[in-house]
Amino acid sequence: MTSAQTKRSVPGPEDITRVVLDNGMVVLVRENHAAPVVVVEGLLPTGSVHDPAGKTGLAGFVASMLMRGSERYSFDEFNEIIEGVGANLSVSASDHTTDFGATSLAEDFSTMVEVLADTLRRPLFPAEHMARVRSQKLVRIQEREQDTQQVANLRFYETIYGDHPYGRPTSGYAETVSAIQREDLLAFHAGHYAPQGAVIVVTGDVSTEAAIELIRAQFEDWRADAAGSAAVQQVAPAKADGVNRLFYPLPGKYQSDIVIGCPAVARSHPDYYAVRVANTVLGRFGMMGRLGEKIREEQGLAYYAFSSQDANLAAGVWLASAGVSPENVDVAVESILSEFARLGEEAPSDEELSDSQAFMTGVLPLTLETNEGVANTLLNMEWYGLGLDYIERYNDLIYGVSPADVQRVAATYLRSGRYTAVVAGPPNAG
Amino acid sequence: MAHNNMAHNDVIKTRLANGMQVVLKESRVAPVASFWIFYRVGSRNENSGATGISHWVEHMLFKGTDNFPRGQFDKAVARAGGIFNGMTSQDWTTYFETFPSDRIELALQVESDRMANATFDVEETESERTVILSEREGAENNYFWLLHEEVQAAAFQAHSYHHPTIGWKGDLRSLTRDDLYRHYRTYYTPNNAVAVAVGDFDAQEMLTRIDRYFGALPAGPEVPPVRLSEPEQKAQRRILLRGEDSTGYAMLVFHAPQATHEDFFALVVLDSVLGGAKGMGLFGDGGNNRSNRLYRALVDTELAVAVASSFQPTLDPSLFSFYITLAPGGDHQAVEDAVWQEIRKIQEDGVRPQELEKAIKQTKAQFVYSSESVTFQAYWLGFSEIVASIEWFDNWLEQLTAVTSADVQRAARRYFQPHLQTAGWYAPQGPQSE
Repeated sequence: MTSAQTKRSVPGPEDITRVVLDNGMVVLVRENHAAPVVVVEGLLPTGSVHDPAGKTGLAGFVASMLMRGSERYSFDEFNEIIEGVGANLSVSASDHTTDFGATSLAEDFSTMVEVLADTLRRPLFPAEHMARVRSQKLVRIQEREQDTQQVANLRFYETIYGDHPYGRPTSGYAETVSAIQREDLLAFHAGHYAPQGAVIVVTGDVSTEAAIELIRAQFEDWRADAAGSAAVQQVAPAKADGVNRLFYPLPGKYQSDIVIGCPAVARSHPDYYAVRVANTVLGRFGMMGRLGEKIREEQGLAYYAFSSQDANLAAGVWLASAGVSPENVDVAVESILSEFARLGEEAPSDEELSDSQAFMTGVLPLTLETNEGVANTLLNMEWYGLGLDYIERYNDLIYGVSPADVQRVAATYLRSGRYTAVVAGPPNAG
Repeated sequence: MAHNNMAHNDVIKTRLANGMQVVLKESRVAPVASFWIFYRVGSRNENSGATGISHWVEHMLFKGTDNFPRGQFDKAVARAGGIFNGMTSQDWTTYFETFPSDRIELALQVESDRMANATFDVEETESERTVILSEREGAENNYFWLLHEEVQAAAFQAHSYHHPTIGWKGDLRSLTRDDLYRHYRTYYTPNNAVAVAVGDFDAQEMLTRIDRYFGALPAGPEVPPVRLSEPEQKAQRRILLRGEDSTGYAMLVFHAPQATHEDFFALVVLDSVLGGAKGMGLFGDGGNNRSNRLYRALVDTELAVAVASSFQPTLDPSLFSFYITLAPGGDHQAVEDAVWQEIRKIQEDGVRPQELEKAIKQTKAQFVYSSESVTFQAYWLGFSEIVASIEWFDNWLEQLTAVTSADVQRAARRYFQPHLQTAGWYAPQGPQSE
């Protein structure tokens, strides 16, 4: 083991290579020869925001069908090739993106790139697999509708986003997934799968030159055009105003799950980092921040209580989640709301804030330990336009947030007159 | 090239004067280090009336000592850029911290402190009672979880693997602070613990530091031995669970031997051939898994939407399990028959050489992937030492490679017999159900 490997720096401009192919696809490579592993992570800039009306779940259906047969690999061949070498390769849809990834031994890296290219570019959507994939999806949707946590979460997003695409689940609904035809898959693939704006990140035991050459060979002649993919992305959500309190009874359940939150900011908003730090104080630090301290440790109400910031291209949300016994729902809701209010009424002490900042920055080496961690970080940096020096700037971004900033964003976004609270649980808990 | 990176001529295994075992491995790949303490106690050590006590004690170790009152331990770790958790299983209870490597000493400080000085405040104990009941009720919301609990309890009649790790609800309502504290004092001793550190440090220096923090803790008495053994099952057992949810599930479980048994690796191969390769991540996360025999027989035929097999290394003989999520309108009997048909094929014909090769290649790859994470490596070393030994883990690949088709066939014949199975079905309340 050389000292260069031991002391290797965080990923930055000096050791990340970024190349834009002629067709607009961005390639990022960072070598790491510590273990004979190569990780590929990437995205195409299309996802469930492009699902047509009545066909919610289409982007997800397309992604699932990619691994069911392409020009060069039948379903069985695909499985034998990937699993025979102990690799993982997956494609799945998200809101704005279709995400793909492969992890393999270094000796199998070129095979992974070939298989990825064929599945993304030349899927066949075999008719006999449609029914099978559809029935798998319908069962997963059925399980989702039986799960108190998932029901609370989904109904929260539907309520807060209304008709905005963020209000719809990527996995779709039973009716919409049932309505999807093979022609829909073909049309979505033809209309939205294209190299412009796509990103591929490679990290691990491969030379930069070899990785780029391989990706060029498999992707640079891709000339598809994604008409209409861009338009939807920046549409601002219609914000749910006022207070919404909703209850979804699920018979046969023992515990109630709660989601409470408010409209917040997009990833690119100037308040993004202040909300992120404030959220760590509220519901992440240590045993899940102030919410964990109050609801789990002091009141003993819940096994879990935490908060999350969800920030993407369009305006996001800031939400808290907890699971409690049905008779404690009201107490827990009031506790969460009072913690929302407290954060907006008085600034956290310097000590409390610096604790959260120390965690958010100090944990970075753990995030960047594995090739997968590095690849994910690089992919985010590219997708959100953060720049190759983002990790070097990260400490300043986090420490640039003051106690007054935390108070201000909490007062701005966690407003007592503008929240949505959803509870899913046993019927008698309403 | 794809050698077993997680093994192990570079693993140091030693014991402090007070009996605490120490396992150390340098890994200079990234500037991080992971420290784990495993205690040889879990639900296996529990008696009726006190089930769930090990898991509850684990929770209480986050509730404070004099040096780190409640809230101070987790804040200190997080402030230093660390992550932490505690986990309780049938065979062990463990705590870990993973840090940037220059902070790892804090892990030694907090773990040595709470090995001896947890306060078990009465009020904190009561507050945690409702937290654990909430944890249990959250799990009870899921019929798959409930079915698993029923099947596990039916499969074991005498051995303590009968009990769910989280405990039966009545016991969670009646256990007292003093019960918990006694359990803690009995099992949380240096001589009942294994400390594991993997990461960017000098092993000798780490050993010196571990001795500084843990060496002065007095050894405790010998822990009570577990003398339970499950009698051979003589009749097939069947569970039918009905409920409000629409998705059907089926489980088939068979008694299977412990990690150190001579048939263990043949069953690992059987698991891989039937249900696919398993990841070596903390929670056994796998990846693509669609070329195995059960997927082809159940999912490709549209009887089921998901199928998995599971065989975990344990201290005492445990279970080889099959889990199935039924297709809409699925037929439990047809699903069970299809699993049995795949079992019989192996009982009659063994497995193909390519299937053995695939299992080996997949395992090699998983070892290499896991070598990237100090946290995963430390976890594997620690629990291996509990259920078997580091040497057992060192020889994993060698043992797997030595398995023949005849071994797999023999194991399938021996362990998969109708009278050795417990079958569980979950089906929605039907108009015809009682």
